[in-house]
Amino acid sequence: MLKAKNISVSYNVDKKALDGVTLEAKENQWIMLLGPNGAGKSTLIKALSRVLPYEGEVLIKGQDIAHIKPRKLAGMLGVLQQSNPVNYAFTVEEIVQLGRYAFRGGIFSKPRQDNEEKVEQALLWTGMSDFRGRKITSLSGGERQRAFLAQVFAQDPDILLLDEPSGSLDLKHQQALFDLVREWAQKPGRCVISAVHDLSLARKYGSHAILLRNGKAPAQGSIQTVMSRDNLSAVYGMDVHQWMKDMLVQWA
Amino acid sequence: MKASEGFSPGQHLVFQLLVLIFIVAGIAMGSVMLPLVDTLDTLWALISGASLPQSSASAILVHVRIPRVLSAALIGAALSLCGAAMQGLLRNPLADGSTLGVSSGASLGAVIAISLGITVPALPFAGTVMMAMLFAFASLMLILALSYSFDRSFSTQTIILMGVIFSMFASSLISLIMAFSGDKLRSITFWTMGSLAGTTYVNVLILLLALVFFGGLITLHGRELNAFAVGEENALHIGVPVRRVKLTVMIAVSGLIGVCVSVGGTIGFVGLIIPHITRMALGPNHRKLLPASFYFGAIFLLLCDLIARTVVSPVELPIGVVTSLIGAMVFVFIFRGRKRKER
Repeated sequence: MLKAKNISVSYNVDKKALDGVTLEAKENQWIMLLGPNGAGKSTLIKALSRVLPYEGEVLIKGQDIAHIKPRKLAGMLGVLQQSNPVNYAFTVEEIVQLGRYAFRGGIFSKPRQDNEEKVEQALLWTGMSDFRGRKITSLSGGERQRAFLAQVFAQDPDILLLDEPSGSLDLKHQQALFDLVREWAQKPGRCVISAVHDLSLARKYGSHAILLRNGKAPAQGSIQTVMSRDNLSAVYGMDVHQWMKDMLVQWA
Repeated sequence: MKASEGFSPGQHLVFQLLVLIFIVAGIAMGSVMLPLVDTLDTLWALISGASLPQSSASAILVHVRIPRVLSAALIGAALSLCGAAMQGLLRNPLADGSTLGVSSGASLGAVIAISLGITVPALPFAGTVMMAMLFAFASLMLILALSYSFDRSFSTQTIILMGVIFSMFASSLISLIMAFSGDKLRSITFWTMGSLAGTTYVNVLILLLALVFFGGLITLHGRELNAFAVGEENALHIGVPVRRVKLTVMIAVSGLIGVCVSVGGTIGFVGLIIPHITRMALGPNHRKLLPASFYFGAIFLLLCDLIARTVVSPVELPIGVVTSLIGAMVFVFIFRGRKRKER
């Protein structure tokens, strides 16, 4: 569904944040971008969603995203950011309705008929129906993130990009968010790419993974292969498997 | 669609009637109080095309008060609309035409026109208008170009910072010009304080055209401004053509502010506090916020103009002084309320 070829991003002249990363996402895959801080996970998400200028080529269903109009791209690609600080007291419903922006029609085009239905569905799915009238500024971090997940569900894209979506969430909200995304991704014609810090979450929910280090991708493939002891040790500079096992012992 | 819809035609009508009441009040009241009956008679004669009553009252109305009051309403509406748009676009409740540096740029242009006596033959006023608009556009372009050269992502913080720096720069240039302006100092000083004295029907017409064109352009972007107000990156993700919208709204705002400044001088705080109060009352949705700011801005400036004309009559206060006095106090009050709520 999504192919990225030789993606490079440089924030300044002498250092590349991403250096020739190539990847492919297929239907119903959930690809986890893994790696230590500064490896280029978020940068890759930002390049794929056209937030950052990049070198290389990103194709969605064979079309170069550099030449796709914003509204059309919104139907193909949705993004959930790490955090969404909002200054103004929009209601949850207003936030979710913005997800249908690209399908509202304009002076020369009619709005899509299913706009309201998609908004209602998204509110229902994410359990935000009771929150629809609440102000986004009054919500907790977890509730706010769910409101923006509802927005991106309402947008109804084929591909979902997540940038450390659970960064500020507690365990319960993390689980709820990832369960929702997994359910979403299992429908036909969909896939997910997410930057994740928590390796356990990646292992539990991901189908595939790309390991990043210093802007390069030394390993990619199925989640089991990529998250092998050797791969993780090389990238994180420690025996990750042993560490995880030691952690588990604490709970025995 | 419920929540994102704007006002119904009926609600618009209520707002329009409210503005109309304030316009009529503004016309009837002043240093010389005119009986409401005479005012309405004259207004009716004007509208219906009948011959005007031959009285000094009707002469005051037709030649002085009506153009002035209409200018006040239009400028108030325009400045407030611009403030609302900028606050949404830049996600900053402190943004305003002045924060962007557009007002100062426009002022600089107008001051240069006044001091050098730049006029267009047969249209003596057009020199100031043209220069104010030209400088408003030019300063906007300069601020955007500088912001872009420092920060390729074009972030709003950089733009505001550039705007503030540019404002200071333009103000000092204005002071410099005033120091060398000799006999024109009085008219420049009076003008920089903001004044609607001596506005004509030509002014009203120019304001009206600018408001229909630029104001219409801004109002058409309500949904996009909602998206910007939530977050620029989020706007990009949901499919808003971010750069085009940003540029369109900024150009419309600078055009409108340029025209307002050329007619009424620097009239501060309208674009800051009216959208602020409107947002507190009606919420941040621009489909409502933009038209409501428009109406409330008109009413606010009509009131300020009335105060400027009557409070120490026959002496008239510069309207910019009145708006700033009221605006600064209201703003402190709002800020205090907000801080208390946070505690």
